[in-house]
Amino acid sequence: MSNTAPVFQLDNSQSGTLVLTLSGNWEQGAGAPDFNELHTNLNALSPTVLTVKFDNIEHWDSILMAFLLQCSNHCQDNDIDLDTSSLPEGAQRLLSVATAVRPHQQPESSSYHWLSSLDPIRMLSATLGSVRESLAFIGEVAIALTKLAVGKANTRYVDFRAFCYQSGPDAFAIISLISILVGMILGYLGAVQLEQFGAGIYVADLVVIGTLREMGALMTAVVMAGRTGAAYAAQLGTMQTNEEIDAIVTLGVSPIEFLVVPRMLALVVMMPLLTIYADVLGILGGALVAGGLGITPLQYFNQASAAVEINHIVVGLIKSVAFAVLIAVAGCRSGINSGRSSAAVGQAATEAVVTAIIYLIIADAAINILCQQLDY
Amino acid sequence: MIESPPPIEVRNLTMAYGDFVIQRDLNFVINQGDIFVIMGGSGCGKSTLLKQMLGLITPAEGDIIYSGQSFVHADSNEQENMRKRWGITYQSGGLFSAMTLAENISLPLQLYTRFTPKERTEIIAYKLALVGLAGYEDYYPSEVSGGMQKRAALARAIAMDPDILFFDEPSAGLDPISSRLLDELIVQLKESIGATVVMVTHELPSIFAIATNSVYLDASTRTMIAYGDPRDLRDHTDQPVVRQFLTRSSAATTEETA
Repeated sequence: MSNTAPVFQLDNSQSGTLVLTLSGNWEQGAGAPDFNELHTNLNALSPTVLTVKFDNIEHWDSILMAFLLQCSNHCQDNDIDLDTSSLPEGAQRLLSVATAVRPHQQPESSSYHWLSSLDPIRMLSATLGSVRESLAFIGEVAIALTKLAVGKANTRYVDFRAFCYQSGPDAFAIISLISILVGMILGYLGAVQLEQFGAGIYVADLVVIGTLREMGALMTAVVMAGRTGAAYAAQLGTMQTNEEIDAIVTLGVSPIEFLVVPRMLALVVMMPLLTIYADVLGILGGALVAGGLGITPLQYFNQASAAVEINHIVVGLIKSVAFAVLIAVAGCRSGINSGRSSAAVGQAATEAVVTAIIYLIIADAAINILCQQLDY
Repeated sequence: MIESPPPIEVRNLTMAYGDFVIQRDLNFVINQGDIFVIMGGSGCGKSTLLKQMLGLITPAEGDIIYSGQSFVHADSNEQENMRKRWGITYQSGGLFSAMTLAENISLPLQLYTRFTPKERTEIIAYKLALVGLAGYEDYYPSEVSGGMQKRAALARAIAMDPDILFFDEPSAGLDPISSRLLDELIVQLKESIGATVVMVTHELPSIFAIATNSVYLDASTRTMIAYGDPRDLRDHTDQPVVRQFLTRSSAATTEETA
């Protein structure tokens, strides 16, 4: 068997002309030589004509063509004439197809050092930019809502109804599970501490106030942010990818009125209802725990009904409406501003959930501080 | 000397969704080096036939034989091995939008070959240069035009030096100049790498320009009614539907070339 390792040889016996002879099998896994070896030789010899010859090559594939293409590009850059006339016809033709179009020069601007992403001015301007974008979006939504109030908006009732169903009844199962468990957690948390003071019965007050003011609204909102907010972002992001949003705009319809308003209104209507439902189940969950600790249901509900006050309920409902708006804004904004690829839609959904949860926590804290100050 | 079996042979193929038969009794052979076109009106099952040939849908009856080996009856390992010898471009490109063009082409190479990373980079540069996209390695599919996406998809299809190239509507949505260039590219690549090409298309200019063999699927009789070189069929077929299909736009072709 002859030597089949892929190698190249250079012959510069003729002045100005360099003969490059390739031999062996240039195939995948055969360990083809690196173009850099040839590159240094070419630079050192600086010929005016480079003639390429095949010597005894039985098998060759793309790796040989890739090598030849690099040769050809180098020759073109350094004004060397490349003579390929002694190559097999297939290789010649492939090379001529590959070199038919000049390589594209990528603009330089996109490359910058990663440290520059820590530049405070850049960070500040990025934050300001995203805040401005959010404000602009909220502004557009406000305009659309005003139009809706006057009755001039292109918002369809059918859409609103469908989204109500998606965000309301469809969410019952998960909301039920979460709120019963949260009620039980609150119950255990309080019961252990209160028992030490012989005040076990006050677990009912703790569960009722905790659920009505805080956990009912917050847990519902977290579930809805993951469930509905992400769904909105994915729906709108896919519509952006499919150019559906462009179609809506060119029909002369504002995508905010047509797509965002029904989704937002559906959440605003359904979230308080879901919150009330979650409150009831949370208090029931507390009752289960209290029962386990020797408090009879009658005692528990007696104590609980004394703890229910109208302002606890009102605070919970105000929160739920605020949360609904925030979830819808976060979801729809990420969706509408999404890029046009599958990765971008995924990114939009992630961004929707992350921003929604940040908004929720900040808004919750703000409302709690406000209530504290107002003594409500 | 025994003649080697044709790269693709379709035998008694029946395609159906449940009880609804789309096409029955398809029998044809695709020879080595053919540019084979699957023609037919809308809804006749062209794309379904292609999907069955690609093994994305299992035929209701019949067999598809690649180089003498049945694809339908092969186990999944053998099917994988047969698939590695194919290059496929889909109607809308089918490029992975989360990856750059270089990563798209690199994927089959990473999965199925033992090239070193440096060799891979060189091969990617070469494949992109072949389709006229040299220097576009770091672009995402969404950042280049539709015609460039089609060409990039072609670069991915030829990454593994396939024996058979499948195209689903290669020139759909391209302007006449780009689709002409794409046709020429397909012919040049086919001739230099020696592949067999199978395509679904109803672009008559490109059918007459590059196809060497074809099959016509009829929607009303639910079977193939013509087989052969499309230029031949245009002039000599006894099927009025096929002549109608081929000549209606043949008038358009002469206008265009004039």
